[in-house]
Amino acid sequence: MQWDIVIGLEIHVQLATQTKIFSGSSTAYGAEPNTQANAVDLAMPGTLPVPNEQAFRYAIMFGLAVNAEIERRSVFERKNYFYPDLPKGYQTTQLERPIVGPGHVDIDLANGQTKRVRIHHAHLEEDAGKSLHEDFHGMTGVDLNRAGTPLIEVVTEPDMSNAEEAVAFAKKLHSLVTSLGICDGDMSQGSMRFDVNISLKPKGSDTLGTRTETKNLNSFRFMEQAIAHEVERQMDILEDGGVIVQETRLYNGDRDESRSMRTKEEANDYRYFPCPDLLPVEIDDAFIEHARSRLPELPDARKARFKEQYSLNDYDAGLLSGDAKLSAFFEEAVSHGKDAKLTANWIQGEFSARLNAEEKTVAESPITGAQLGDLIVRIADNTVSSSGAKKVFETLWNGESDNVDAIIDAQGLKQVSDTGELEKMVDEVLAGMPDQVAQYQGEDDPKKRKKMLGGFMGPLMKASKGQGNPKLFNEILVKKLGG
Amino acid sequence: MTISREDIEKVAVLARIRVDDEQVSALENDLGNILDLVDQLSAADTDAVEPLAHPLDAVQRLRPDEVTETNQREAFQAIAPATENGLYLVPRVIE
Repeated sequence: MQWDIVIGLEIHVQLATQTKIFSGSSTAYGAEPNTQANAVDLAMPGTLPVPNEQAFRYAIMFGLAVNAEIERRSVFERKNYFYPDLPKGYQTTQLERPIVGPGHVDIDLANGQTKRVRIHHAHLEEDAGKSLHEDFHGMTGVDLNRAGTPLIEVVTEPDMSNAEEAVAFAKKLHSLVTSLGICDGDMSQGSMRFDVNISLKPKGSDTLGTRTETKNLNSFRFMEQAIAHEVERQMDILEDGGVIVQETRLYNGDRDESRSMRTKEEANDYRYFPCPDLLPVEIDDAFIEHARSRLPELPDARKARFKEQYSLNDYDAGLLSGDAKLSAFFEEAVSHGKDAKLTANWIQGEFSARLNAEEKTVAESPITGAQLGDLIVRIADNTVSSSGAKKVFETLWNGESDNVDAIIDAQGLKQVSDTGELEKMVDEVLAGMPDQVAQYQGEDDPKKRKKMLGGFMGPLMKASKGQGNPKLFNEILVKKLGG
Repeated sequence: MTISREDIEKVAVLARIRVDDEQVSALENDLGNILDLVDQLSAADTDAVEPLAHPLDAVQRLRPDEVTETNQREAFQAIAPATENGLYLVPRVIE
């Protein structure tokens, strides 16, 4: 049987505010346990929450970026459930009147098409603390530094129909919130966490199947794997004549397996009600316009500009415009290096490869955009060959020097492009290889001739101490050997 | 409106409160009375009334995003039943 896959996402985005959503405690990551958990965060009796203006501004910036309506009179609700890392016994969240109403995001697919994913809404809420289940004499340790960190939970409509689309959406959202500067986007620190709702229905059917929710995926790769895993699990059950149980599941990415966390019957009754500690928040035009004035260039607009301004193709422009920091690096490099295509190639090649190999982000790169730009200038004007350029790049990366021209001089990487000098070297080398020259001239197959040409390059590079311009050597060789 | 024993037992589980059989019978009566009162309220015609998010006719003040709190872990942990390495210790809970 053929199945349609239906996927909806809920994404928790930690907002990059200095302080918590309802208290003046710092949200800095990595502090000693419980040193950033004050009386409000600990739910001490008699404390009252006061909402953080910046959390609202960031949520509204997100809403504007996804073409959503902003709720002018936003209300907080209490979602009641018991867990030790939730000191109040409820999460302060939004249900009836979330700050961000319906909107949409367009995603680019590998086949070149664009797909629109609708946003149902996005609401403001507080994060919980962390429970540590290592053995504390049979007890659980609780760190409440994260409790009260502002989040927006973005809820999509079930508009995605495979893992590729879901991951493309997740990456687009990551690119959006980091470009907006409202989230640091660091997935390894839990700054973005994904819940995936999945159901299957017979191909072409209008009736949705029973869905499951796989919670707390914290990387694009795990998300893709978890979707593949869950689709297969549901397909196996349905094709054996079974029924899908509506449930919440946990996925273990290291083992590629999932288990049920709770079923609908065991589900919490959250007993939502409006939070009496918080008055409705009224958002006026001035506040919204101020948020709008702070919107930076967004990835879609940046991609269009890269194509226009730098004549990049769709693929290059898409890759370079998605991440705000990478975009800035590219533009800094191009402002020095001029040749946009060559810059794009180096960023996607050598630069990305080194970042990946050392698991570094663009911000942690030891070389600057300006330095890469200076190197591009020397590649474009033939001062260094591409192999020489790699040595320069290596030296920059290792921090041994920060000046491209100084490195080229110090390591003798300057190419010899004086044709008179090169011709002399070719004459000398050919004079010393009469057999190979005769063999070449006796060969009719152009493919074989081309290959044989390579046999002269080694000795030529040696004769020039690696400094001869290979492209010019090649031209001279072909001319001297008679085509 | 009536409330069943099962309802009471479920609410007790959600609220993490232990109730014995005798208490359930008493609660059945008490909570039933409260629900009757709510039924009376529900009888009022509210079709033309906007739901009220808060009884006060006022709007929420917002706070600038500035750190105002300092580390007072020692004071808070002094009144905690159990702590270790800066963590609060609680009975083991795994979901």
